[in-house]
Parts: sequence; C-alpha cells; structure tokens
Amino acid sequence: MTFQAPLDLDGAIALADAVAASAASDTAPLEAAKQLLGAGEVVLEAWVEAAGGVPTDDEVEGYRLLALHRQGAKGNPSFNACRETCRELVYLRNVVEMSLSEGDLAQARHHLMLEAHVLRHLGLFVGGKLHESGLGDFCCSSRPLHSADSTITN
Amino acid sequence: MDGSNDLKKVAYYPGCALEGTGHAYNRSTKAVGKSLGLELVELENWNCCGAMEVKNVDPKIQTYLSARNLSIAEDMGFDKVMAPCNGCYHNLKKAEYDLANDPKSVEVNERISAKAGHDAYKPGKVETIHALDWIKKAVGEEELAKRVQNSLKGIKVANYYGCMYTRPRHIFPEKDKGPGSESTAKPHFMDDILAAAGAENVEFPLKTACCGGAHSLSDSDMSTKLVLNIIETAEACGAEVIATECPTCHTGLEMHQVRAEKVLGRKTNVKILYFTQLLGMALGLSASKVGVQENLSDSRAFLKEKGLG
Repeated sequence: MTFQAPLDLDGAIALADAVAASAASDTAPLEAAKQLLGAGEVVLEAWVEAAGGVPTDDEVEGYRLLALHRQGAKGNPSFNACRETCRELVYLRNVVEMSLSEGDLAQARHHLMLEAHVLRHLGLFVGGKLHESGLGDFCCSSRPLHSADSTITN
Repeated sequence: MDGSNDLKKVAYYPGCALEGTGHAYNRSTKAVGKSLGLELVELENWNCCGAMEVKNVDPKIQTYLSARNLSIAEDMGFDKVMAPCNGCYHNLKKAEYDLANDPKSVEVNERISAKAGHDAYKPGKVETIHALDWIKKAVGEEELAKRVQNSLKGIKVANYYGCMYTRPRHIFPEKDKGPGSESTAKPHFMDDILAAAGAENVEFPLKTACCGGAHSLSDSDMSTKLVLNIIETAEACGAEVIATECPTCHTGLEMHQVRAEKVLGRKTNVKILYFTQLLGMALGLSASKVGVQENLSDSRAFLKEKGLG
C-alpha cells in the first residue's frame, strides 16, 4: 500500500490515521516511515508559516524536522511541549529502518504504527494551538496572556 | 539531592487538586509514605500555587503565591517540600528559578510579602521535589523490591508523565545529570519505581506528550482527541494500565476516555491509575486504602483479576 504525501496539517493527520490502520498489513514500512517524518515537517511548516515565517531547509542532527521545531520554538517556549514528540518521530523512523535491516518485519511494522500515533499527536497538538488562539497560548508552560506592562504588579 | 535520610521526613504541599478531583492521589501518596516509614508534614495554611489561571493573568503573582508556600516550609524548619502535582511542582520550581534570576520577580515578591506581613522567601532555602523523587531517593528500588508483598508481575504499564514534569528544562537543574538523575527527554523515575514493584513497563513514545489539559474547557473536542490518541497509543504498546503522577493529567485521561466513547464512539479498555495506587497495592495495601474506588476509571475487576487490592 502506498500513501499520498500530505499537503497540509489535516492531510498529515489523515496520513497518520491511514498508516496506523494499515501498519500491520501490506504497507512498505520504510517508505511509510519516511512519509510520516515528512508529514511531521508539513505540520511544523504550518506552524512557522502561521507565525509569518519562512520554513527553514536547515537540518539539526541530520533532520529538517528538528530544525523546524527549533525554528517554531524560537521566542515561544510553549512550543517545546512538542520537542520530544518530534524527536520520537525521528527515533521511530530510525527504529523502523534498523528493524528492517535486521530482518525483523514485525518490529518494523509495530514501530511504524507507533510513529503514526506520534505524528497524530503532533498534528493534533499543533492544530490545537493554531485553532485555539491564533498563535496565542493555551499551554501551562506558555507565555502570559498579557504583556509585562499591562500586569497588575506594575 | 542529599542523602536519603533528609527525605524521610519532608514538608508536604498537596495543592488544591489533591483536595478535590485528585483526592485518590493524596490518599495513596500518604498511605504509601506511611507504609514505607516516611513522614509527610503538611504545610500550615498553604495557598494555591497560582496554577495556570493566575500565571496566565500575571506570572509575578504566581511567583509570589508559590514563594509564600516555600516560605512556610522554611518557617516550619524544612529544607525540602514535596509536591505530588505536576502543576504545583512546576510552579514552585519556577518560582525558585525566577527569584534567583529575575530582579522584577524579587521586587514583586518582596512588595507583596511585606503587604501580607511575612518575610519574603529567598531562593536556595527550600528544595522542591516531586513524589517520584521522594520515593525513589528516600527508599530506592532495591528496598522497594524487598518490601513488595503483591508483585505487579504480569501487569503491563505505560508510564505517563505529562508535559510539566520536565518542562521547561532550565527550572529543573537537578535533572539530566547523568546516571541516577531524572531525564527530561525520557523520564524514567516512575518506570524505575513500578519495575521495582514487579510491573512490566512497555515502550511508550508519548510519555511526556501534552494531554490538552488546559484545553479542557475551551476546546473539549481537542482534549478528547489528544487523550484518545495517548490512550490508543498506550494500548498499541500493549499496556493494560496507564500509570499517572499528576492529578490534572489523570483526571483528563479518565474524563476524556469516557467522552471519547460517548462522543466519538471509540471505546478503550486501558485502566488509569496513579503510580502511588499501584505501588501501594504492591506494598500490600488494599484497593480502598489507596482510593481506587475514587477513580472515574473503574479498575476494580481488573485489579481483582490480577490479585491486587
């Protein structure tokens, strides 16, 4: 089974759903794992673009996804709430490849399914942040809603 | 952290949630402590830590509110305060950091403390620890394993830490210090404790993922989707139980598990239990002693089947 590369955040979530549903069957695991990682980039591109930025083509530790996360979190510490999610996506994609290189198709498919779940979380999390506040904050660790000069302690 | 003896008796800051929806966490934390020969002394006249509501209105007020609790611990003669709630733990840690690094926070804290008629808290006097730190450092896995009466053997657990236990990294200077310390990228203290009690921890890639807790009122559907994905991921990992260490995460998981079935028609079966409940039952405490009947997620039949409670 092959999948269409997603064009936007909703498409990324749809891809996650499709891969999660079929990971145990006839999916080519490495190809799908790479697509999931690429879909993670689409999700973060949406975040960066919504903030008026141009998504970077740089890489961090060999992955554009991690560079995009760093770009998206700059000046917005609450975005670090998905830092480990991004790293898990990279990790699981690598485990899929490693499992295949060891001839363990079952492990590859299991980790592909987990990668799909992690991508779904990233899509929901970023989608929620975009939807909820138009780049404001809902996260507990986020910036205050009001600027420093409008607070009652000044 | 210093030696384990310093942790045998610590100040206890339950926070508001543990008096309400998280009461089972309060009950089980105290019961586990007692069972392990540890002592908790509740802060006298403690106040809300500022939670997320006050912080979002004015973070300096939140710093003061948390600093006042630290000040009470110091006045009571403690140099450590244990906060089992991730939100409280985070806020007390953040207050400590801000008072050490932000002159404006210091100024506001001093001003409000003077108005309130008490000395302003000075950073470095009281260390905030989590219930996980407390049990792991005061007792340790080896001793825990010796005290287990009802092993959790055969129970597959996904350990869920939530997003505030490790973030932001700079307010947790004791973490990421190599072997023996907690990791902000892949926390493991709950895994270690429950493994000592016999549990089989599963690989779980969303252990620090956001549960959408702060979204619960403004966008319940988003929270439900985030939680459902966390629960389905745990099940895909083979977990029978999600162990929690935060009342907000725990309640969110329980509520949205029910809501996912009602609204989205997606039924899941994984049980949601505080790590202190699992540990308590492993130590020989009954299910009611650790407040299992107070959970929304009904796990009594499951626990009975596993020979616990």
